[in-house]
Amino acid sequence: MIIRFLPLVPHDTKIDFFGHRFYAMIASIIIIGGSILCLSIKGLNFGIDFTGGTVMEIATPVDPDLAALRKSLEELHIGEVPIQELGSKRSLMLRFPEQDGGPEGQAAAITKIRATLDSTFAGAGAPVDYRRTEFVGPQVGAELKKDGLIAVILALCCIQAYIWLRFNWQYGIGAMLALIHDVVGILGLFSLTQMPFDLSTLSAILLVAGYSINETVIIFDRVRETLRKYRKMPMQDVINYSINSTLARTIMTSGSTILALLALWLFGGMVIRSFVSALFLGILIGTHSSYFVSGLSLYYLKLRRPAEGASGEGNPAENAA
Amino acid sequence: MIRIATWKIVLILLACVLAFAWAAPNILSKEQAAAWEAKAPSFLPTKRVSLGLDLQGGSHLMLQVAIDEALKDQLVNEVQAARNALRSGKIEYTAFRSQKDGFSITLKNADQMGAAKSAIRKMDPDLDIDEPTPGTLEARFTEAKVKAFTSHVIEQSIEIVRRRVDETGTREPVIARQGQDRIVVQVPGLSDPEYLKELLGRTARLSFQLVDTDGSMTGRAGIGSTLLPMQESPGQKLAVKKEELITGAMLTDAQPNFQDGMPAVSFRLNALGAKRFCDVSKANVGKPFAIVLDQTIISAPNIREAICGGSGQISGSFTVQEATDLALLLRAGALPAKLTIVEERTVGPTLGSDSVEAGKKACIFALLFVIVFACTVYGLFGVFASIALVVNMVMLMAVMSVLQATLTLPGIAGMVLAIGLAVDGNVLVFERIKEELRAGRSILSAVDTGYERAKTTIIDSNLTALISALILFSFGTGPIKGFAVTTSIGVGTAYFASMMLTRLMVVTYLRMAKPKQIAA
Repeated sequence: MIIRFLPLVPHDTKIDFFGHRFYAMIASIIIIGGSILCLSIKGLNFGIDFTGGTVMEIATPVDPDLAALRKSLEELHIGEVPIQELGSKRSLMLRFPEQDGGPEGQAAAITKIRATLDSTFAGAGAPVDYRRTEFVGPQVGAELKKDGLIAVILALCCIQAYIWLRFNWQYGIGAMLALIHDVVGILGLFSLTQMPFDLSTLSAILLVAGYSINETVIIFDRVRETLRKYRKMPMQDVINYSINSTLARTIMTSGSTILALLALWLFGGMVIRSFVSALFLGILIGTHSSYFVSGLSLYYLKLRRPAEGASGEGNPAENAA
Repeated sequence: MIRIATWKIVLILLACVLAFAWAAPNILSKEQAAAWEAKAPSFLPTKRVSLGLDLQGGSHLMLQVAIDEALKDQLVNEVQAARNALRSGKIEYTAFRSQKDGFSITLKNADQMGAAKSAIRKMDPDLDIDEPTPGTLEARFTEAKVKAFTSHVIEQSIEIVRRRVDETGTREPVIARQGQDRIVVQVPGLSDPEYLKELLGRTARLSFQLVDTDGSMTGRAGIGSTLLPMQESPGQKLAVKKEELITGAMLTDAQPNFQDGMPAVSFRLNALGAKRFCDVSKANVGKPFAIVLDQTIISAPNIREAICGGSGQISGSFTVQEATDLALLLRAGALPAKLTIVEERTVGPTLGSDSVEAGKKACIFALLFVIVFACTVYGLFGVFASIALVVNMVMLMAVMSVLQATLTLPGIAGMVLAIGLAVDGNVLVFERIKEELRAGRSILSAVDTGYERAKTTIIDSNLTALISALILFSFGTGPIKGFAVTTSIGVGTAYFASMMLTRLMVVTYLRMAKPKQIAA
């Protein structure tokens, strides 16, 4: 009896990742530089979670006349009310800024909009379906921003601390550089596309960071093992060998994650489609950073191989000397 | 020779059986689940995953309690009491100033400082009393007092909010304090919260006060009275005495009814209120008194005769709805401080069920895609991994049900991604086994080493994921939390699935089928 594995990736790949490091660096510089440039020019399109304001999602009984609807909403004098279609003509999203007069002013604006919508579609046979109404006060928005930021930074720091403890300081710095690379990259992505940046975006950032750190840990594990096993191998070969021997795993795991994302993109509804696309690109950025940023930083930080006879595990003092 | 201890096998299988049992109630419909919960013996699982408001539809309101204003009101009372205390102690003063968190008094005669201090201390022992300059006394709320007062106001507000929400007949509302001075109200199934918001936005502070007739004539309030607008014509103001004869707290019941064909609210007073009302009305026959609600005069009828029955009527220019609402608010009681809505998230029932459907579909297809992929690449081992993956999802549902964790839309996204990542454990092991085979090990030895070698890597990667998920869970809010819940549980169940269940299947297969060769 024979069990067969489909050779998806040839097992003896010898791609010279190290040799191509300058291309990788240029790619990273483009990603980081582009992101910072984009962030400083366009900034982020913060959603109401962070800015305060109101979002309404409605389903209209008949196809709406958007131009007329915009006009009648304009007459309410509550500021600009952008209307966005959500996948179909009858599914709309309205967003309007924080109103003067505090919460009462906000409530009054919501009431006014609802009255306008109800009268616009009065003769349509069915009422307007108010699928979602979200209102966030400016103070709450500021707090959500602060809390979310703290949670993300704290999570990143703890992951960082774990790597530091589990490996050596060179690995720690490598992982940190990769994390910064990922976070800046995905922020740049949100800035470039001007996708609304809200609370769920924070989970996207962490997801990408988590995915990338996972990849980094797996490569680091392999580097550590290779260093112990082949004591005479030059560092660049160690890195090349480690990345090559985890390549099949990367393709399999990324493949299945991307398939799961595909299911989410196809069936998860229009609202999260852009979110899923961001995750997809984020995973590519994450893989790039694990391969090149964290891998190469081990070389440039002059990671020493564990001393003869020493276990080399979790002993920064000994190896950092 | 690789083998897994019998007790381990028993535990693994037991865990799988329990997972299916605990997850089972989730396939029932809502009605079936309720019926099952009613008649099921207590040892059988009945709990289902509780859906967040974004999935089942409903309203989430966050209310800010105006603590500062309540504290200011409290200070006004305190100042009034202090004046009275000094007066009755025959202590004279030249200046009396209210401050941010207390008051200061400059005495006419500095020798009376000791007497003044003891009078104030007797009035309220919880004040910090100080003498910054001779002859000047400063009193402040102690920090402990402010804290106790805040807690008291919040708790009382929660109680009143609960009563008001209950009065509207909504089922299973969640009402809880959040942070320092906020209250969260979650009402499942409520898709139009306008009415509730209106009810919660009113303080409903009722009082009966005598009208200051002189002040009302001149339009200038004298000492001890204040000008208040009339509800019917807000431009018109009456001067009323500050002393509140009857307050809303003295009501035992309030009901809407009709008086002379007009909507009105009838009320009943408790014993103390009834006696007060009787005495005051007896002493003031022929004079008007004002019925004041939230600093507005509803009506100011003349007292025709002594009212001693302990009940009465409030009539104004109400509509039927207004009379009903007022009766409801009076029954539920007045809020000790004003509430403002600082956050609202309402999801209609159609969007909620659409999201659940979309989530289910996405989960099933993600599972399907990944299973096909894994089986194509890894053959029989892929089948084992796929079975473990399904058990993993069932187990995730089971743990969520038992812990009564809330499943939200971001939580579903987390679950779908967990499917992708859960395969990772198996992939690491299988790739490792292939490597060991290529290195020339026998099948059994390759499998054994593969699992051992991959273990540290899997633990490292799972722990980093778990660390970030747990931090998100404890510090995050809203969507982040929902996402963190499914991720952290998913990490645990994924480890079980890949390192125990798949391993058990692989090892059992190898022992039974004894394959000669694995083509790596």
